[in-house]
Formats: sequence, structure tokens, C-alpha cells
Amino acid sequence: MSAHTISVRLENRPGALARVSQLFSRRGYNIQSLAVGPTERPDISRLTLRVDCSEHSLEQIEKQMHKLVNVLRVTELRPDEAVERELALITVSVATDRRAELVALSQVAGAQVADIGRDAITFEFVGRPDQVEAFEELVRPYGVRELVRTGRVGLRRPSATARGAQPSVNV
Amino acid sequence: MARMLGSDAILRALEHEGVEVAFGIPGGAILPTYDAIARGTTVRHVLARHEQGAGHMAEGYARASGRVGVAIATSGPGATNLVTPIADAWMDSTPLVAITGQVRSNLIGTDAFQEIDATGITMPIVKHSWLVQDVEELPGVLKSAFHVARTGRQGPVLVDIAKDVQEAEFDFVYPDEVDLPGWKPPHKVHPRQLREAARAIAEAQRPILYAGGGVLNADACAELLELVDSAHLPAVVTLMGKGCLPDSHPLNYGPPGMHGSKYANFALNKADLVIAVGSRFDDRVTGKVSAFAPGAKVIHFDIDAAEVGKIRHAEIPVVGPLKLALAQLAAEVRAATAEVAPDRGPWLRQLEDWRERFPYRYAKAEGVLKPQTAIEALRDLAATREEDVVWTTGVGQHQMWAMQYLRCETPRSFITSGGLGTMGYGVPAAVGVKAARPDATVVCIDGDGCFQMTCQELATAALERLPIVAVVINNGWLGMVRQWQELFYAERFAQTHLTHAVPDYAQLAEAYGCAGFTVESEDQLEDALAAAFDAGRSAVVDVRCDPEEKCFPMVPAGAAAVDIIEAPGEEAVPA
Ligand SMILES: Cc1ncc(C[n+]2csc(CCOP(=O)(O)OP(=O)(O)O)c2C)c(N)n1
Ligand SMILES: [Mg+2]
Repeated sequence: MSAHTISVRLENRPGALARVSQLFSRRGYNIQSLAVGPTERPDISRLTLRVDCSEHSLEQIEKQMHKLVNVLRVTELRPDEAVERELALITVSVATDRRAELVALSQVAGAQVADIGRDAITFEFVGRPDQVEAFEELVRPYGVRELVRTGRVGLRRPSATARGAQPSVNV
Repeated sequence: MARMLGSDAILRALEHEGVEVAFGIPGGAILPTYDAIARGTTVRHVLARHEQGAGHMAEGYARASGRVGVAIATSGPGATNLVTPIADAWMDSTPLVAITGQVRSNLIGTDAFQEIDATGITMPIVKHSWLVQDVEELPGVLKSAFHVARTGRQGPVLVDIAKDVQEAEFDFVYPDEVDLPGWKPPHKVHPRQLREAARAIAEAQRPILYAGGGVLNADACAELLELVDSAHLPAVVTLMGKGCLPDSHPLNYGPPGMHGSKYANFALNKADLVIAVGSRFDDRVTGKVSAFAPGAKVIHFDIDAAEVGKIRHAEIPVVGPLKLALAQLAAEVRAATAEVAPDRGPWLRQLEDWRERFPYRYAKAEGVLKPQTAIEALRDLAATREEDVVWTTGVGQHQMWAMQYLRCETPRSFITSGGLGTMGYGVPAAVGVKAARPDATVVCIDGDGCFQMTCQELATAALERLPIVAVVINNGWLGMVRQWQELFYAERFAQTHLTHAVPDYAQLAEAYGCAGFTVESEDQLEDALAAAFDAGRSAVVDVRCDPEEKCFPMVPAGAAAVDIIEAPGEEAVPA
């Protein structure tokens, strides 16, 4: 078992996303994260899926997804050939006297302050998924009150395209 | 372009698609479309008595004709009653377009009367589905629906049409092309893969073809026969594939699997090369996967890439349309065998030896009518007939005996529910087959349990003049379940006894306007069956037979082929 990122170009139609997620539950694959949103074309969405599975299952997932009528293209995003980012919003409890310290720390880590309340601050952090995790660890000792992550989104690096190493399957 | 209602457009679309017959039952949400049927169409509508029946009829029609079957139902319970046949078509790759009415667009999502999320409920069991809420989309959707159902690996689609769409007026144009950028089933075969396959076949000492239902779906039977003949390849043929290679062909070793022959299972077990063609390594064929064909390399031909390597790794995957693939393969094999001439003599002699030593067998007993005897009598009767005989079955022991004992010489002459194992398939499927093959005698070999699930369709058979012969292999039990209880549950026969007392099948037949016959002993069999075949209307033959007979051989679920259970007294498994 290992984690894989799959990128799917999907027709932007009612039920299309449901068909993809249904296929995963139906065939017993576990989705770690799923991010979906618009692309450069209004009629197409892009899904970025993170799954933990064997190579054999990954092949099955790709093949089964290709059979969905709304799925246009399925590509595995290999870590070395993809740009992957994630956004996290983290509300951290903090007493007034430690605010300055926390804000300074977060700025060094590259986070933005999105909101400040009486006893808590919400940070916004964008980065590679491992950086998001590192930031989470960094602020954890203060007390994480609420946290939400978008799940990773990814694109192939144009530099990797030039090398042309990435196999992808068109449907 | 013509101005018309959505409902009329549905029928014009069916006509454009060459649909001859549709099976269904009306109701509120589909009423406008039935009104359009009343206004006139070349599509024949067959009124079923249950939507499940309509769906299986459409399946039977599709399987017998090779065309897309069409079933129509209303929203809510009409749609849910179609779920079983849609699932059946999904499992057996039967091309089916299911059309359901839906509540008006403005009521969707409100739990309106008879509103059910039909596309949601069927999502895991269709190739694709559409909910139509805009009449302008209707022609394109119907065109796409037929295209998706029949191309690539065939299967069911659902079109759910809101009632107001059926009532809306618009300018109808039927598109020439489909607009489905994500639907591109393979249409060619990789030449290198074919060459590799041919070389592996040429070099194999103990090859075996493993042909399944995909060969029938692909209309590739002639190509398969050519390959078998030219390369002298022995074959096993699955339940779903029965008829794709003549049962009388000397190289046809019949069905493998749980109730297949010993020789077919031994052949797979000892093969050094398995050439899977339109078959999918179903667990009822493989048993324990790790012990299945343990010494063999696998070549897997399939239109569906996702089947290749799903259960068993294929050393040589060949994805593409089978008709093309097999035709090209035969040529490649001829070229390859010109270089390496394999000596298949010992292997073919071995297979022959097994076939002689381990035929299907059952013990006759004085005064007891064995179910197998009834099926042999049907087989022999069919052989004497001038017209073609097309068989359908239910699910259970009778189905397995039908698979073992019937001889099917032509494609699409054996129509059964394989993947889903749907009890109740046989009678309605036979009605659908008759609609496709009015020239043939259509015989449903049914179980008493199965028959009682859908026998109301005898009314359809009678009134629509689609006569069928239903032969009820009446053992008084849910026999296959009883067999498992006897073998694996210490003879605790929980809730499997149907009795021979109720119903009286012959009387039931008469009540439906069909001829009814009762057979209680072997000497009554031949006459009753012949009379049923010649009844000139639908007929039911109640064959009361041994309640205790079990179906052998049997590879228990999850076991290896060598762990096959045989009837008492059978010779042991060869090493
Ligand atoms: C709809 C459905 N329900 C239950 C089953 C489980 N099942 C498989 S075979 C069988 C018994 C079938 O009995 P019968 O039609 O009398 O056939 P027999 O095995 O006796 O020949 C049952 C209940 C099934 N396959 N389908
Ligand atoms: Mg029975």
C-alpha cells in the first residue's frame, strides 16, 4: 500500500462527481482527500484524489474510472513530476499575552493571519501538503480549536512534460 | 425538423434507433409517453405484468437478437421494480435502455408522490444514466443512451424523463452523431500484443481457450470457431458463453467452474497457457483464485480493459473488440505455428481421456424421476425438431443441469442469468426471446422456486401471442439452497421446502390461458414435452421429480478445482 494522487478531468455535469465517488465506495477504495473545482474551461472540472492503495488497485481505479462516461482523462500525479498544494485554515487558541509570539512564529512559517478573536487566531496556510502538516505541528502546542484542509490539488509540472516521462491514459 | 411533444420525440427516437419492440408498464409519470404510443408508432409495445418482467423480457430480447433491449416504466415503484433487471444486465453485459418517467421538474427533490431518485439508485449498476429536465436535451440523450448501451462492453443505461419534459412541445431533430467526449471504447487491437499472444499459443504444450459471454456479445463466434479449428485449440466455454462454440465440436470441453465438468476443470488446472476470451475469471469459475490454473500463463482478450488483470494477472493483455482480435489472432497463429510446430498430441489425448473417464453422470433409481432425465429428454426432443430451439433458465440446480446436459449448437440459443443469478429470470426472458425469434421454439427450463417469482408473465405470453414452453423442474424445494444445507449445514433444511402440494402448476397454466401438463414418471415425459412443444400456445410442464437429487460435480465455493466433490462412487481425482 502507498499513497497516490490521481488527477481527473471531468465533464462539469450534474451527478458527475457522484459517479466518481460512488465508484470508489462501491469498489472498496478509500479516499483520503478529494478536491474538486473549475478549470480553464467552464464545461470541465478537475478532481484531485488522494488514495492509499496498492499498485494493482491503482491500476484498477484508473481503468474503472475511464469507463465513466463523464470522465475525460485520468492521470496519476507522481510526486516528483507534480506541483501539489493544499490550503488549511487553523483556529488556534491563544491567550492575549502569547498572541505576539504566535503571530511571529506563524509568519516565519509562512502563514497568514485570517482573523483574530479575543482568545483565538485563525491562520491561513498554503503550501505543500507536508508543509501544511508541519505548520499544524508547529501550532499544536498552543491548542488547535478547529482545522480544515482543502485536500491537495495538483497539476503536472510543465518541466516534467518536457521530459515526457509521465504515462497517462486518455479516454 | 418537426414540431412535436417530448413524448412523441421519445418514440421517434426509438424508431430512429431501429427499436422493434419495447416492454413495459404505464403509470402516472410516464403516461404522456404511453399517450404517444396510442397516437401511433412502429414500435411494438408489450405490456408486462411486473416491471421486473418487462426488464427481463428486454434482456431476453437483447440476448437473443444482439440488439438493444428497451424497457419502460413509471417513476417510483416502476423504477424500483426495474432495478433487478438493470442489475442483471449490468452483471451479464446485456445491452439495455431503461426508460423511466420522473415527477415534474418543479417537484423533483420534494418527495413528491412516486418520486424516487432513479438515477441515484441505479448509479452503481448502469454504464451511464441521464435525468432529463429539458426537452431540448431529449433527442441527444436518447441517441447517447443507445450508443453507450451497445458500444464497448455492452450493458444497461437508464434515461429518467420528467413528466413535463414529455409534455413539452419543441422542434425535434434527431442528431446524427453523439456528443460524448469521455466515451471512447477501444476499436482496435495492439498488433504487438497479438503477435506475442500468437507466439505464446504456438509455443504452448497445454493451451486451453477459456471462452465466455463476451464472445457472444461481440458476435465473434465465427472467428472463435476459425481459431479453434485452425490452431487445434481445445476450449472450455462458460455458462454465459454456452453456444459461442458448438457443444458438439470435438474441441469443446464445455463449462468449467463450480458445476462444470471435471474434465474442463482439470484442463484449466493442468494447462500451461490459458487464453481467456470475453471471460472474466468469475469466482464461480475460478474457485480459489490462487489455485486456479496454477501452472498457466494467461492471455486475456477483452473489450473492457478493467477486466484484464482484475482477478488474475495477464502476462499478455489484449484489449479491444474480440471480433477483430480473434480474426487477426487466427492469422498470426497460423504464421507463428509455421515456425514452431507444437506437438499437442499428448495434451489432446489427455483431455480426451479425462472426458471419457469423467462424463456427467447421475444414478437413476426405480420409480423416481430424476431432474437430469427431464433435461436429457428436452435435449433429445430439441434435436428432433426442425425449428431452432432457444433455451432460457432460472437459477439453481435446474440451471446447472441445463448447462451440463443441453447441447447448444448455435450462438444466442442459451440465455440465462449468470452474474446476478436472478431467480425469476427464465419466464420473462423467454417471452422477450420469443419477440426476437418468433421462428424458434422458446423453452424456459425453470425451477419451481424461480417460476413462482415471475410466472405472472404467462399472461403476457398468452395475450401478446408470444408463446413459450415453461418446463418446471419441480423438486418441491429451493433445491440449490437445499443442496448447500445438506452438504455444508449438516442437513438443517431451514426454509427451503416449497412442497409438491402447492401450487398445481398445470392448473395455474390453464388459469393464464396456457396449456398445462403434469409429469410424474419417466414414461410420461416424452409425450408431455412433445405436446407442450406443439400446443400452439404457451404451455407449462410440471415435471415432478426427485427432491433429493444434488448437482455434481461441485467445486465448493472458494475451493480449488482439485477439491471437486463428486457423486458417491465416483473415481478419485487423477494426480
Ligand atoms: C432472487 C433470488 N433470491 C434468492 C436466490 C438464492 N437462490 C439461489 S438458487 C435458489 C433456489 C432455487 O430454487 P428452484 O427455482 O426451485 O431451483 P432448484 O435449485 O430447485 O432447481 C435460491 C433461493 C437467488 N438466486 N435469487
Ligand atoms: Mg426447486
